[in-house]
Amino acid sequence: MAYQEGMERIDTDIPRKVINRMEAYDYHVYTEKEVKAALAKETCGIEEFEALLSPAAERFLEEIAQKARAETRKHFGNTVYMFTPLYIANYCQNHCIYCGFNCQNKIRRARLKPEEIEEEMEKIAASGLEEILILTGESRKMSDVEYIGEACKTARKYFKVIGLEIYPVNAEEYAYLHRCGADYVTVFQETYDSDKYETLHLSGHKRCFPYRINAQERAILGGMRGVGFGALLGLSDFRKDALAAGYHAYLLQQKYPHAEIAFSCPRLRPIIGNDKINPKDVHEAQLLQVVCAYRIFMPFAGITISTRECERVRDNLIGIAATKISAGVSVGIGEHLEDEGSKGDKQFEISDGRSVEEVYHAIEQAGMQPVMSDYVYV
Amino acid sequence: MNITLNGKPCDTNAGNIISLLEEKNYRPELVAVEVNEDIIAKEGYRAYSLKEGDTVEIVTFMGGGEEKDTWFLGEHEFSSRFILGSGKYSLKLISAAVEQAGAQIVTLALRRANQGGMANIMDYIPKGVTLLPNTSGARNADEAVRIAKLSREIGCGNFVKIEIMRDSKYLLPDNQETVRATEILSKEGFVVMPYMYPDLNVARDLKDAGAACIMPLGAPIGSNKGLCTKEFIQILIDEIDLPIIVDAGIGAPSQACEAMEMGAAAVMCNTAIATAGDIPLMAEAMKRAIEAGRKAHLAGMGRVLFKGASPSSPLTGFLREEN
Repeated sequence: MAYQEGMERIDTDIPRKVINRMEAYDYHVYTEKEVKAALAKETCGIEEFEALLSPAAERFLEEIAQKARAETRKHFGNTVYMFTPLYIANYCQNHCIYCGFNCQNKIRRARLKPEEIEEEMEKIAASGLEEILILTGESRKMSDVEYIGEACKTARKYFKVIGLEIYPVNAEEYAYLHRCGADYVTVFQETYDSDKYETLHLSGHKRCFPYRINAQERAILGGMRGVGFGALLGLSDFRKDALAAGYHAYLLQQKYPHAEIAFSCPRLRPIIGNDKINPKDVHEAQLLQVVCAYRIFMPFAGITISTRECERVRDNLIGIAATKISAGVSVGIGEHLEDEGSKGDKQFEISDGRSVEEVYHAIEQAGMQPVMSDYVYV
Repeated sequence: MNITLNGKPCDTNAGNIISLLEEKNYRPELVAVEVNEDIIAKEGYRAYSLKEGDTVEIVTFMGGGEEKDTWFLGEHEFSSRFILGSGKYSLKLISAAVEQAGAQIVTLALRRANQGGMANIMDYIPKGVTLLPNTSGARNADEAVRIAKLSREIGCGNFVKIEIMRDSKYLLPDNQETVRATEILSKEGFVVMPYMYPDLNVARDLKDAGAACIMPLGAPIGSNKGLCTKEFIQILIDEIDLPIIVDAGIGAPSQACEAMEMGAAAVMCNTAIATAGDIPLMAEAMKRAIEAGRKAHLAGMGRVLFKGASPSSPLTGFLREEN
């Protein structure tokens, strides 16, 4: 848990507030009454959010979905944003027991060369996409900040919107990456239960819970336009984790009203070398409940639904609460390259392998408008 | 020796009450003590010798009765949520209005003093009421600061309501100058209550500048038009962690009630009362409306029945059971 050398500390009380609220959250006390009251309210506060995440709310899932859809329509119209992730390296120094990239896992490791990154980006851009999410495994040594910065600079040539999903860095480094062209940073806290966190992250810099939980704030201080939040649902008590992720985002938005907020809602998926992991307690209904609760609590926030979910779930969620969907996805290293195919193994098994074109048409079929980007770079 | 303490057998070495309290970790200043059904005065705790077999009761307060519902301006606590303006009255009616309103805070404007000790409004305001000088007449932050400092010199405390108007037609507040005055005056130790046009960004700036509350207008001052800015005031209530006091424009008790239902901390009103047919009666009506709105807010508003048809194609139909 301890801070390691080089990790920046910032002055903030947000993590303490998030943890206190999460620990105090007893979702069994909520009844039909609080859920109905939450649904009836025009604006959803933290108490209503807590009610919507409770087991009592499960019986009102249809009403919750209706309200979520209305909020999504109010704030986003019928648009759905498209993007694709690009994994440029899968080296990792962390040992996170649920992740395919973990440093103890025997997989093929790779790191794309700058010219390979450019080739991949060229191919992806040719599919029509204008937004890219650059990902690495969490290895400062094998994927240093300069390496990622160079990838951002290349991405600027091909894309209008660049997001990052990399290991947490210091505010100054976020500022550097921002200058290189990145505008959005997503960091998954995985779980906000620090005891559980310690049992899942056995070694590496990721073990430092407080450094990770402050990553979004450092990213904002570094000048990033927006930050993404997410708990990997199913690692721990998903209701508490969802509450914490939502409240975390809420408090940051209060402190930095200009920051754009986004959520991701991954559930655990099977990985190479451990096929026993199953999203046992987070079934589709609970996933929908969480996604809708995020939507109603923060109606202006972007919500991304990844290929961890199947076509059926994704196509339905974009009609209700999600606003961003990936397409043409590969979670291995170098899979867009022509000659040799994949160079490094993938992070998890994806459940929706549709191409950009297929997803584009599916969105249109659902009566919605696919949008590649609506962003002015300033 | 053995005694009975609060109904239970107890072994103690204490010879008197004060050492018994110390031994059992009670704070003498927070308890009352009874020995064998006699109440012992606090000053007698040391002198009173305990003996074998005594029955001792030690009691203290806990929360009980009606829960108090108070609010704060800085460190200052108030129970009335009705702030009364004092303009446009004949002086004789002010006292009755304040009393019927149950107001704990009354606003005043600073003006040049009349010579010869003529009637002064201060003589008509009941004792114990917090006086809230405003800066009306100020056209910029510097003038507001000057008025605030002069008001403080009169000796009615550190409160100031900032009103800065550079528009003589509608008397709309100048938000930008108000932020500046708030910053200066809060640094000088004033409890600053800024009157403003409801704008979220400005409200945040006012909070950062040290404001004790935010006072958005409901409608142009004196217009009695009610909550024309309702949506924007609701945003301030939802987003700003300070008391939101709806000021200006409240013309009827129903409007004050609605502001309180929305979650406003208090309502400030003047013209609606000063121009009413029966001033004390309207003051009382307004007070009751504010109380009713507050209670409704605390109670949680009941649901509104939606007229919309129930969905024909449920959104949750796609869900599947997983293994």
